[in-house]
Amino acid sequence: MGCIENLKYDMILPLGASFRECREYVEKHYPEVWYVEPGYKLFDEYIIGLPPIALGIEEGAKIIFPYTKPCHGTYLLRIEGVEEVERVRKTAKKKK
Amino acid sequence: MADKKTALIVLGCPEVPVQQALAFHVVHNLRKRGSDVMVTGNPSVLGLLKVSDPEKVYIGQTKVLENCIEDLVGKKRGADLCVIFAHNDAGIVYAATMRHLLPESRLVVIIFGKDPKPLAAEINFPCETIVEKAVHNPAALKTKINQVFGWAASRT
Repeated sequence: MGCIENLKYDMILPLGASFRECREYVEKHYPEVWYVEPGYKLFDEYIIGLPPIALGIEEGAKIIFPYTKPCHGTYLLRIEGVEEVERVRKTAKKKK
Repeated sequence: MADKKTALIVLGCPEVPVQQALAFHVVHNLRKRGSDVMVTGNPSVLGLLKVSDPEKVYIGQTKVLENCIEDLVGKKRGADLCVIFAHNDAGIVYAATMRHLLPESRLVVIIFGKDPKPLAAEINFPCETIVEKAVHNPAALKTKINQVFGWAASRT
């Protein structure tokens, strides 16, 4: 998974979840949710998906987001990154 | 002289055999009609095409998917036409992304595999779709592709 593979991540949903399931999971399970458009850069990777793409923030320091690969489908990942959390809060659209 | 039309072909995971044959078919037909065609996909799918067409007689330019998306996001590349091959949820995700990154382009999503109709139902963005159950035999899907692109008389 490119640069993501070099980061420490937790897989929140098992492989085989659809993109829609990942969005619904984020919206249901995280109190802080932000939306971005396809092509948004996160942890130096371009995030793709059906817009709007839901990102969850946990404990103010971890981002939960979908990551899609052609052969493997969509993973829902959690990666710690305080600076990225702050950037998301400044550049993404918050769920009302 | 008018600028050449540009086309971007987005390939999915190569696990469904008809994709490779139909990718050659689409690229060949677009190129012979004068389009400048770029093919993108993961390294495995591009490797299959390159091994099958070592002289690049049919396939032309290729680019790894992540690099292609970077070019589209950075507006370094556009396309008059974008054709996406989708046989799983990831393929629809890539199609939605291309719709967003290429808002003015003609977008054609070819949905195939063992059970393409539920996948086609996932599409909620403006595009043309070609839907056909196809895994090993490309004939019926090729016919539909030819009809959509006006290549009905093509013997290739």
